[in-house]
Amino acid sequence: MALKDIPVDECLLQGNAACPGCPATIGLRLVLKALGKKTIMVVPACCTAVIESLYPHTSFDIPVMNIAFEAAAAGASGVEAALRQQGRTDITVVAWAGDGGTYDIGIQALSGALERRTNFIYICYNNQIYSNTGIQRSGATPYGAWTTTTVGGKDEFRKEMGEIILAHHIPYAAQTCISYPEDIISKITKAKNIHGPKYIEIFAPCPPGWRFSMDKTVEMGRLAVDSGAWSLWECENDVMTFNGKSKLILEKKIPRKPVEEWIKYQGRFGHLFKPQRDEKRLKEIEDYTDRLWERYRKCYLKI
Amino acid sequence: MTIMMDTGNRIAAKAAVMAKPEVVAAYPITPQTTLVEAIAEYVARKEFKGEYICVESEHSAMSACIGASAAGSRTFTATSSHGLLLMHEMLHWAALARLPIVMCNINRVIGPGWNIWVDENDSISQRDTGWIQFYCSSNQEIFDTVIQAFKLAEHENVVLPVMVNLNAFILSHTSMPAQIPEQQTVDDFLGKYIPHWKLDIDNPTTFGNIIGPAYYEKVRWAMQKAQQNAKTLIPKIAKDWKKVSGYYHGDLLEYYHCEDAEHILLAMGAIGAESKTAIDEMRKTGLKIGLARVRVIRPFPTEEIIKLGNQADLIVIDRNISVGLEGALFNEVKAALYGQSDTKATGFIAGLGGKDVTYQDIETMCRKSMKGNAKEQEWYGLEG
Repeated sequence: MALKDIPVDECLLQGNAACPGCPATIGLRLVLKALGKKTIMVVPACCTAVIESLYPHTSFDIPVMNIAFEAAAAGASGVEAALRQQGRTDITVVAWAGDGGTYDIGIQALSGALERRTNFIYICYNNQIYSNTGIQRSGATPYGAWTTTTVGGKDEFRKEMGEIILAHHIPYAAQTCISYPEDIISKITKAKNIHGPKYIEIFAPCPPGWRFSMDKTVEMGRLAVDSGAWSLWECENDVMTFNGKSKLILEKKIPRKPVEEWIKYQGRFGHLFKPQRDEKRLKEIEDYTDRLWERYRKCYLKI
Repeated sequence: MTIMMDTGNRIAAKAAVMAKPEVVAAYPITPQTTLVEAIAEYVARKEFKGEYICVESEHSAMSACIGASAAGSRTFTATSSHGLLLMHEMLHWAALARLPIVMCNINRVIGPGWNIWVDENDSISQRDTGWIQFYCSSNQEIFDTVIQAFKLAEHENVVLPVMVNLNAFILSHTSMPAQIPEQQTVDDFLGKYIPHWKLDIDNPTTFGNIIGPAYYEKVRWAMQKAQQNAKTLIPKIAKDWKKVSGYYHGDLLEYYHCEDAEHILLAMGAIGAESKTAIDEMRKTGLKIGLARVRVIRPFPTEEIIKLGNQADLIVIDRNISVGLEGALFNEVKAALYGQSDTKATGFIAGLGGKDVTYQDIETMCRKSMKGNAKEQEWYGLEG
């Protein structure tokens, strides 16, 4: 997959209500290019409910059903069952939810739908906060990050949602990032052609939520991958493959950059640098990330 | 027609399967379990061809029903008590999204403490969700009401979800005969399901996005209008069903010896059924008392209640309590009478927590009220 091969058709229309520099719209645009118009999307409470724009307008050129915060995967299960009964197996059913709707309030419905082998794609766009409600902590918020509910910085490390998903042993699960269009298109395309439950998480750096300049969205995604704060991988029928720079980091062909190289551009970590460097917490972040990758190597590195 | 001698739950399942929903999504809860188990048996015998999704919670059951209905399929579920309460958010969602989902709710006590017996606080506490609510008094009525519920929910002037309530154990687990019509009769009665709206790739529309106050108020107004429309359609559908099946259980209310009554008892569910025996006993002693069994509490039968109020003194028995006020039916009956009738109304709370309410109990309450010895609202049998 090269950039020139990305479909020109757009299902996310211009004039949507997203913030400037929004990573969700980058992800949505690419996802919908890969999926095409024979797609029905189920959206729980999240920024995308705003991006859709105000009734009677919409920024989507596919059918979209909004549903309550915790209900995306269950709602999609119903849509999928109905379409199957109607013989419409040519339509792809997608749940598109944020990290709050996935890691936290929606995890039960998601786990249930995966366990039932629902034939759909669940996509989590992960901006590591409840951004639509005004930047509150979620289970995806990293250690040390300021949010409006972790005023001095979050005390806990984020959960590894991807590995929770892997425990369901679904046919396809992947992590990607808005900074890598070809990676997104290739993973979504692969998922579309696999029967059963698919989970794809798209890392989505949020300028107003993370407090960085709106022209740096793509760069923040790349630095997250370079530093090992985020990883690109796919797991097909329990066979795990790290992709891109994440693969090189896993195989120790390149060292990961310090996480500090990523967080120093983000105002949400500003208190770790000013008025003076918080060496203790900065070290904890690097140590934790080292341990995370050592565990990845033990679990997933093919020898 | 064949006679099916079985429990309320299994007869409800039979009706649901004969309505041929394309999707059933349900989660087990006592005492609804034998209903969903019966559907699972129909699936295993390939007598039910729809999708049966065994979800991981009632919240997901209703969410999956919402998804299936939005995708254009006839949809059914069943729950009870805490399951209904867990659905609460999605009950509002289904009604606001104008999805004609049909659900059986087995009326069961809410905890703590844990109690699986009958009372109606579960469904009564969902009155404001926009769902139409029926209360059944026999297994035959359960069968007939489930079929009628699909017809009503899907009617173009209604397009709202419908809840068919049956009392725990007294109906859900008690075998009674029910006449089951031929499949063709049900097929002809319901017709092919044509969704009022659906998710359609040929007409891509966004449903349920952000809506401003002016439009939102119209959405609520349209729901209210649909409930009002249901008031005229419920009697029509009941009569149409009588023509093809022979069975009729009343319109919004079922009247029993009300013609010359000077006192009229209002009750719902199984107490409504038991009340007929109490009325018979009291009639034997010359008392002019009748029964108006409330089959439908949403839409509320305001006009019918006013007529009763202008004819007789009213006695209301509630198997629920709106804590801090009074029984819900009693409260709503009085609200209907306000400014329309100065009749005397007395309300009793009875049978909470599954406490048995016999025809003798009902007679005792009625006689106390008729003698003028009852306070405006009383709890019956607290000392027992």
